[in-house]
Amino acid sequence: MPLLEVTDVNKVFPGVRALDGVTFALQPGEVHALVGENGAGKSTLIKLLTGVYQPDGGELRYRDEPARFATPMDAQRAGISTIYQEVNLVPLMSVAHNLFLGREPRSAFGLVDEKRMVREASEILVRYGVTTDVRRPLGTMALGAQQMVALARAVMVDAKVVIMDEPTSSLEPREVETLFGVIRDLHARGIGIVYVSHRLDELYQICDAVTILRDGKVVHTGRLAELERIRLVSLMLGRDMSAVRREGFTGFAGDHTGAADAPPVLKVTGLSSRHRLHDISFAVRPGEVVGLGGLLGAGRSETIKAIGGAYPVDAGEIEVGGKTLKNPTPVRAVQAGIAVQPEDRKAEGIVAGLSIRENIALAVLPRMARLGLVSDRKIDKIVDTYMTRLRIKASGPDQRVGDLSGGNQQKVLLARLLATQPRVLLLDEPTRGIDVGAKAEVQALIDELAADGLGVVLVSSDAEELVEGADRVVVLRDGAVVGELTGTNVTTEALLETIAAAAVSSEEPHDN
Amino acid sequence: MTTEALVRRPTFDRAWLPKYGVYAAIVLLVLYNVAFTPNFLAWSNLRIQLVQVAPIVIVALGMALVIGTEGIDLSVGSVMALAAALIPLYLGYGVIAAILVSLIAGVVVGLINGVLVARVGLQPIVATLALFVGGRGLALVISHGQLKDVRNDDLIFLGSGDFLGLPMLVWIAALLVLVVAFVVRRTVFGRRLLAVGGNRAATELAGVPVKRVLIGVYVLCAVLASIAGLLAVARIQSSDASSVGLLIELSAITAVVVGGTPLTGGKVRVLGTVAGALLMQLVIATMIKHNLQPSTTEMVQAVIILVAVYAARERKSR
Repeated sequence: MPLLEVTDVNKVFPGVRALDGVTFALQPGEVHALVGENGAGKSTLIKLLTGVYQPDGGELRYRDEPARFATPMDAQRAGISTIYQEVNLVPLMSVAHNLFLGREPRSAFGLVDEKRMVREASEILVRYGVTTDVRRPLGTMALGAQQMVALARAVMVDAKVVIMDEPTSSLEPREVETLFGVIRDLHARGIGIVYVSHRLDELYQICDAVTILRDGKVVHTGRLAELERIRLVSLMLGRDMSAVRREGFTGFAGDHTGAADAPPVLKVTGLSSRHRLHDISFAVRPGEVVGLGGLLGAGRSETIKAIGGAYPVDAGEIEVGGKTLKNPTPVRAVQAGIAVQPEDRKAEGIVAGLSIRENIALAVLPRMARLGLVSDRKIDKIVDTYMTRLRIKASGPDQRVGDLSGGNQQKVLLARLLATQPRVLLLDEPTRGIDVGAKAEVQALIDELAADGLGVVLVSSDAEELVEGADRVVVLRDGAVVGELTGTNVTTEALLETIAAAAVSSEEPHDN
Repeated sequence: MTTEALVRRPTFDRAWLPKYGVYAAIVLLVLYNVAFTPNFLAWSNLRIQLVQVAPIVIVALGMALVIGTEGIDLSVGSVMALAAALIPLYLGYGVIAAILVSLIAGVVVGLINGVLVARVGLQPIVATLALFVGGRGLALVISHGQLKDVRNDDLIFLGSGDFLGLPMLVWIAALLVLVVAFVVRRTVFGRRLLAVGGNRAATELAGVPVKRVLIGVYVLCAVLASIAGLLAVARIQSSDASSVGLLIELSAITAVVVGGTPLTGGKVRVLGTVAGALLMQLVIATMIKHNLQPSTTEMVQAVIILVAVYAARERKSR
């Protein structure tokens, strides 16, 4: 008898079918992995289970009775606790207060019994590996410890179901072990756990069952131990192993004739950033498209941002055209010839309120000006050039970028990057959220730019796009390079195998 | 699925209110006053109104730039007081020296504000609150809390003189309006400022020195405030650190908001800001002429601010 189950639920948002006939069942004492790429519907499903959203159709049953959680509070009272990636607690209040927030032990006069609260909090948290003074403000503790407090709090409320959304993303290896200890303890007590993570090792280490979502549908559900890693990855990415060999799937033309002996235009050596990036090295030659492969959270976006000076780096060297980029900042990176197209177009790419003209000219204003005075003639010239070249469809250069379609917004962003006349182009999901026509155009443009001698680094969650667009693919996992595909080896199959194999080999590190 | 089709907006939509509402309101008020207020069009009356609004316009220009970066500057009144307090101290070295010193004070305050916002990462309202409190305190210390008479012919000319039939104050304010409009429209700095206000993360990633732009904006705002401060001394021919520029930050913010500059940044309406200051001045003048209580005047001002903010919100949430 399942503890919590949904049957055939749908959830529709304007223009998107986020969940499409999803059925999911959690048994008592089961650790159930919920996996899928971005936009697969994991978050939507979690929100349905926790009362944030209401299903548009289908049934939700909890402890064998039809259930309806009107608010997250309802779900919590019924015994469904959720731990989110970001800690949802009060950073300025003490650890003990956070732990007991809303359920503080009372003294005889109805006041908060501080002494008892501190004592009990210390006792509880020791089991979670937190041994600091519980009177400290929560915000002064490491993120991992905060996560433990959130977990302790979630479990304390007499939970029957605990949902963990990427609980290990900010934990250190030692803390991960503590977390797993706690999970095993919950498991033994018959509590059901929904575990969302992209780290395959963790899934295979701790989970009993798995449900894989893709494009709002369940594509697989069953015992995790019976599912091969490579199958899991291919189901997640939606690449049927046998159907992979088709060609001409994307707008990419094929290989680039980048001179194999030319000195690299970008060379990254030993790039490291605390917790996130570990000793990443690779090189890009002019005219070459190098893909960065890996699952979500593998460190692809962080690598790109670090090279662009927008992510803190502890160690490592970045060379552009043979010159070392010292103390990288976005300003210095752009000057050195690095152009970064960030993953989140709206938040970090376009300036929605400004015109196409201002957006394209943004990075090159000094070149368009004399003595600080802008020459609109010069700007119009480059804006015109790029609007034509990238086929940006708009009523004119004065149109607000926020009013354009996703594809055209992306083209405006690319135009801004190209206007800086970069030597290296770093593209993070260049075709995400844009329609098919624009997608093919952007892909063709990447080909064209490489042919012009630019070094391109391409990040894409679309395995086909990566394999067909890139000449080489560097595969990352947990912030480290775990493999590289070259020559005829650049296939979707090999990519999936490397991602999956990487997970296998690192599970038994003493084997190497 | 997104189509490649353009998303066309109707050319006449609700956006007209924040854009042109302030001008329409001015026209209405002027018409009303011409009809019902005796001697409204008398030159002496118009002259008084213009002289009174000039410092607000000057301070509001700087405020508009800061608000364009999604910031706010509460310290402008204190900067005026500081500039005013320094004038009598350095007038012995000549009027140019005194003016320079008070402008430098503006630069220093602006640098402090800018560094606190851009480098330390404080919220603008908190960063400038520090000098809002501390700046006037310092001004009182400098002036020993005393009102000082300032009798310098050059300063008096700046504050009360005429040029081509118009008060010098009005000429100076008009010149500064042109300068700021030019900076916003024609300079690299002005365009960067708007981009920072529109999307700071994106602007930073585009390789724009965002911190330098922000510091520059706060310096410019404080310098404009110090100009307003020294002009205030020139006009009243005395320096009183406890009263110069008192509450002007509120008038300035009101002028900016009523003029149609959104508090969310990314847009600066220079002429709108001037019109906003004029409108508020006209409202107050009209109320006084018709013998309404100051409290009524304040309530009417409050309603105008609410209408302006509401109009801007509607435009934003299309």
